Amino acid sequence: MQAEVVFAGFGGQGVMLAGKLLAETGMVLGKEVVWLPSYGPEMRGGTANCTVIVGDEPIASPIVRNPRDVAVMNRPSLDKFCPLMRPVGVAVVNKSLITVDPDRDDITVVNVPANQIAIEAGTGRAANMVMLGAYVGATDIVPFEALVEQVKHQFVKKAKLIPVNVKCLEEGYRLGQKKRA
Amino acid sequence: MAKVLMKGNEAIAEASIRAGGLYYFGYPITPQNEVAEYLSRRMPEVGGTFLQVESEVAVSNMLYGAAGAGVRCWTTSSSPGISLMMEALSYIAAAELPCVIVNIMRTGPGLGGILPSQGDYRQAVKGGGHGDYRSIVYAPASLQEAVELMPLAFDRADRYRTPVLVLGDGMIGQMMEPVEFREHEFPPLPPKDWATDGCKGRKPNVVNSLYLDPVKEEELNRKLVAKYEEIARKEMKSDEYGTDKPYRVLLVAYGTTARICRTAIARLAEEGIGVALFRPITLFPFPAARLKELSRPAEFLLSVEMSTGQMVEDIELAVRCRKPVHFYGRQGGLVPTPEEVVDEVKRLLAGAKGGAA
Repeated sequence: MQAEVVFAGFGGQGVMLAGKLLAETGMVLGKEVVWLPSYGPEMRGGTANCTVIVGDEPIASPIVRNPRDVAVMNRPSLDKFCPLMRPVGVAVVNKSLITVDPDRDDITVVNVPANQIAIEAGTGRAANMVMLGAYVGATDIVPFEALVEQVKHQFVKKAKLIPVNVKCLEEGYRLGQKKRA
Repeated sequence: MAKVLMKGNEAIAEASIRAGGLYYFGYPITPQNEVAEYLSRRMPEVGGTFLQVESEVAVSNMLYGAAGAGVRCWTTSSSPGISLMMEALSYIAAAELPCVIVNIMRTGPGLGGILPSQGDYRQAVKGGGHGDYRSIVYAPASLQEAVELMPLAFDRADRYRTPVLVLGDGMIGQMMEPVEFREHEFPPLPPKDWATDGCKGRKPNVVNSLYLDPVKEEELNRKLVAKYEEIARKEMKSDEYGTDKPYRVLLVAYGTTARICRTAIARLAEEGIGVALFRPITLFPFPAARLKELSRPAEFLLSVEMSTGQMVEDIELAVRCRKPVHFYGRQGGLVPTPEEVVDEVKRLLAGAKGGAA
């Protein structure tokens, strides 16, 4: 098994961190992982994305033209990456900022009002965690408990941020699971 | 030790510290800045020296000085920055001093862009600086391989008293993969009895690359050639994939491009097309003998590079032009995709059939 997911959004939305947490969780579970960022003269407000590959076998190409899944946090990311997805993939779409739907009927779409959920949970900055939770909920690519552990580990030096981030993960996960059922 | 998820630049930095590379001089340039960022924090913890100096010219001459004093020193930069170091690199080779230089290649020529490239192959492999010298060149394809090659690079630099280059593309620097730092054991090294580290009680050592006496200079040239021949005999490293099954095409690629080829090979195998991969790990010495052997069953070879085909001449030389050597590559920071490689292999196979008919 090998799954590739592109996390994409504005710079500052936390897509790089969301991808890193997924890759780290996979690594802790003994899977093969690669995290490849788009890098360039990018800044807050520009576009950013990273590709995470999780697999059981050593990962050959870190470059993926047609990812299985995407998690898109803004409209330009949806326009860019949804057309590239392989059929039967999962697209997690941030409905707080994206008003359109992916123009495809061969993929599973998980609509998540990520910013809204994060704001209600205490901080809009954790919208990336809602996306990450929803992605894991919809794919079970890694066990949710392992992901939560990794997020706790990430914020170990800023422990007061753990509850809101975990809450966002859980809310997202619930929406992802619902889509699965 | 458990695996950790690290960016390539950080992994290279940590591996070098563990290999005793405790003297680092650097100047910022994307896409290798995380090395300096990491070392600026880490070097003080391990009692090493991290120095950001005023230019790459200064960096390379500080390497010359530190290497002359007998310490394990190294730097990292990216293409235009490496060009600025070439004069000192030639001096270092002439003075037979050990140091390690990592080039996380970006696009070129000129100032180019910050995206991945393999456009510095010739500069690294054929010299780069002036004069009759070579450098050992390692090309890691994964972050684990990068952390394994750094200690080897330091060891070989000391063992042969020569500069060693590690050539990675922007992806090697920027991507994250799990790495495990293992202990490396090498045979004992000869003492650095040539180092200018204080001459109380002995004759002063001299580090020099100026030879006005032609006879002496020729002696040095011949000594260096003998050294490079020894390196070529002993230090070739390569990897291969799919060579245990029948194959019609042999891909040749190094670094991350080789991994893209592996995915292409898996896709081609699903269609019943046998393709194998030869991956040089040392670019100098180029593993020509093994490549020649592996080329025998192939109808043709295809070099896949993020350059305009700089490695092709070495492949042709290795196979003595007995097999056609084709080229597929992308430039400018665009990376060949597995799909593109698949298409190119099929296109060439169709063309080959057409030619035979």
